[in-house]
Amino acid sequence: MDGAALLLLAKELRSNPAIGEEGVIAAEFRHNEPLLEVRPQLIRAVLADLRERGFRFLASVHGVDYYPEEPRLGVHYQLIDMVRRERVGVKVRLPVANPTLPSVTLQWPTANHQEREVYDMFGVVFEGHPDLRRILMPEEYEGHPQRRDFPVGGEPVIFTFNDTPELGTPE
Amino acid sequence: MASENPNREETFTFAPIAEQLEDWGGARESEELLTLNFGPHHPATHGVLRLVVTLQGEVVVSVKPLIGYVHTGIEKTAEQKSYWKAIPVVERMDYLSYFFNAMAFCGAVEKLLELEVPKRAQYLRVIHLELNRLMSHLVWLGTSALDLGAISIFWYCFRERESILDLFEFSTGQRMHTRYIQVGGVIEDIPRGFDKKLRKFLKEMPSRADQYAELLSANEIVLRRLRGTCPLDANRLLELGVTGPLLRAAGVPWDLRKAMPYSSYDDFDFKIPVGTVGDNYDRYAVRHAELYESVKIIEQALEGLPEGPHITTDRKVALPPRHELATSMEALIHHFKLVTEGFRVPEGEAYFAIESPRGELGCFVRSDGSSKPARVHMRDPSFVNLQALSDMVKGSYIADMIAAVAMLDPVLGGIDR
Amino acid sequence: MEIEPQGLRITRSSARQMLRGIPVEGPTPGAHPDEEGRLPAHLRTKQPLEGEALERYVEERVLTTTLKKAVAWARGNSFFPATFGLACCAIEMMSVVAARVDVARFGFEAFRASPRQADLIILSGRVSIKMAPIIRRIYDQMLEPKWAISMGACCSSMGVFNNYALVPADHFLPIDVHVPGCPPRPEALMHGILRLRDMVLENPPPGWRERYGAVGTEELLDDDQAKETPSIEVFRGGL
Repeated sequence: MDGAALLLLAKELRSNPAIGEEGVIAAEFRHNEPLLEVRPQLIRAVLADLRERGFRFLASVHGVDYYPEEPRLGVHYQLIDMVRRERVGVKVRLPVANPTLPSVTLQWPTANHQEREVYDMFGVVFEGHPDLRRILMPEEYEGHPQRRDFPVGGEPVIFTFNDTPELGTPE
Repeated sequence: MASENPNREETFTFAPIAEQLEDWGGARESEELLTLNFGPHHPATHGVLRLVVTLQGEVVVSVKPLIGYVHTGIEKTAEQKSYWKAIPVVERMDYLSYFFNAMAFCGAVEKLLELEVPKRAQYLRVIHLELNRLMSHLVWLGTSALDLGAISIFWYCFRERESILDLFEFSTGQRMHTRYIQVGGVIEDIPRGFDKKLRKFLKEMPSRADQYAELLSANEIVLRRLRGTCPLDANRLLELGVTGPLLRAAGVPWDLRKAMPYSSYDDFDFKIPVGTVGDNYDRYAVRHAELYESVKIIEQALEGLPEGPHITTDRKVALPPRHELATSMEALIHHFKLVTEGFRVPEGEAYFAIESPRGELGCFVRSDGSSKPARVHMRDPSFVNLQALSDMVKGSYIADMIAAVAMLDPVLGGIDR
Repeated sequence: MEIEPQGLRITRSSARQMLRGIPVEGPTPGAHPDEEGRLPAHLRTKQPLEGEALERYVEERVLTTTLKKAVAWARGNSFFPATFGLACCAIEMMSVVAARVDVARFGFEAFRASPRQADLIILSGRVSIKMAPIIRRIYDQMLEPKWAISMGACCSSMGVFNNYALVPADHFLPIDVHVPGCPPRPEALMHGILRLRDMVLENPPPGWRERYGAVGTEELLDDDQAKETPSIEVFRGGL
């Protein structure tokens, strides 16, 4: 898919009454990567429209933290048209104060675990998800680790000057 | 399912499952259910996979996979390192296909840099990627056969794996997690004697694959356990986002090496094995046939290996050769900047997908213009393929579920990252 | 405990004859003292030996050991590792079992799936915070004497990933041998296992609390407390 085809696709999406002119915010084609930015509440309509145009395979749903730009959280969807062998990406931007997004799991069952991972790592709440709980971190963990303001954590590296023997070393 | 061998005695034939449920004093769907925990520590789950299985007798009613027991926060760690230093970190995700992890990451970064990789580097990458595919399939075959009870295959497959790891050690210095694939090419050219050793290995690999086929493909127990068990049709697999040998076993000939070629894969002539029914036996057969195809690709790449640099000559991205540092001031400055800070990548987002032994391995990299990535995400094939497990095993026996998990080829490092 | 030699007296020449298949003349096997408390003729020396000669005679023919040493020898040469592969190091652990670096020649090939039957836990791979309580529980289920090897950089220290998701194994398990590497070569793991064997042959205290100075840290709960306390806790500092 090249830049012209992407612009054409954006225009056709805008002409869909369910999406409308305001639905598609931007169509970027930088570094050979086609990316459409759409309004969060219309994501189901956009994906359904793309499915009718042939993009029937949802390859990936992943989250991004655009700290410090607002709206801070982003969710990306990567679609593949297996017949024409093309890819297209769709992204939405969400404010961190109210990160809710309609879930696409019912129409695209592959998004089940992937949306749970975005919830776990970024805190995006997917409305309508059948089973939204943490998937990688323990269930009672607090915080969303992949956000850019979450500390990396870890142990301090022990050198000789800060080496304090603790309980448990053999006598 | 009586045996066709006339010399055997009549074997026990199980009634169809619905009839068996009737025999249970009319036990219906929600009665007499047992919930069993296949804990994270279990000899048959490939890694720390936890399955909560609801059983009715021996029949699986539902299965719920619980993951996260080896979650390492690799994506967060990669944000703290420069692009060069993030490669070893990202490599350790799917720990059986480490070249593929590095390739996906480097491909995404090269897409952002709009960097062209020299032809020789592309061919060298292909050689090592296909060797890694061979190695991953061998480990899969060894451990799956171990699950089914064919224990000797484990030793035979690991014998071949040692040969491949010797080749990796020869060319890269490390057996696993080799950091060989770098942004712009590969870190080093292959040493003298590598192609001779590789040719010797390639000559004997097909006969070894024949040995595995002889032992397994027509074996009565393998046929009983794999043929006809846990089938899943192509439509459901596409809905669930499954790619790789699982999808090809169901009859869909989708392979990113042919569909969206990268790194000169369109220069090579190879076939994609495709199954028909989509049951466990087809999944085994597809991966076994891929062994031969990988050997073919490596042979062609070795024959046609072009001359040229093994990494891009763009000094802003790749280190200059050592001898230049003594004569050229610019080379010294480039070397200094690259080693201390690393190269900067222009702002943007890129998604680059390749065909790993388990399916589509995509890497999403977001760059904010600095020398460290702002977001690295791996779309791991095992993570998405795992969603197919519950559909696959509904209504089959526990033993079939074990075989299905084995044929699914989950690698928990990739699932949990 | 002295082990008496019993059976046919074998000298070098008779051994050579036996190896060549030539039947050896001699009394029938059995070396029971007769009624007067004397050993059979073939076991007696020609003249009674005294002092140093006697010492040397006994040393050449009798293997003496203590029960402790014999038990330590048996323990050290037959570890039953628990199958505990977590991540990449697990693949190298499988290589140790495979044919090139064969762990079976040392007697350790019997990997047990159940922790109750195992006495060595090889933590191979990165330990995440979700997995740590489970590993501790499995370690507690193993019977004394038990040993732990931390294989690889990720569980010995934090390894390549120094972040929120990992726990170094020292924080919740008493580890006897740390094997560095990412992943360690199978030969390196073998070296680590053999170092553990050397350690066991020297007869350390078999209970881990004695070895690591944690006696007195056992948790004893009365019934009410036991009902409320969760059964798994992650400990710090090897307690």
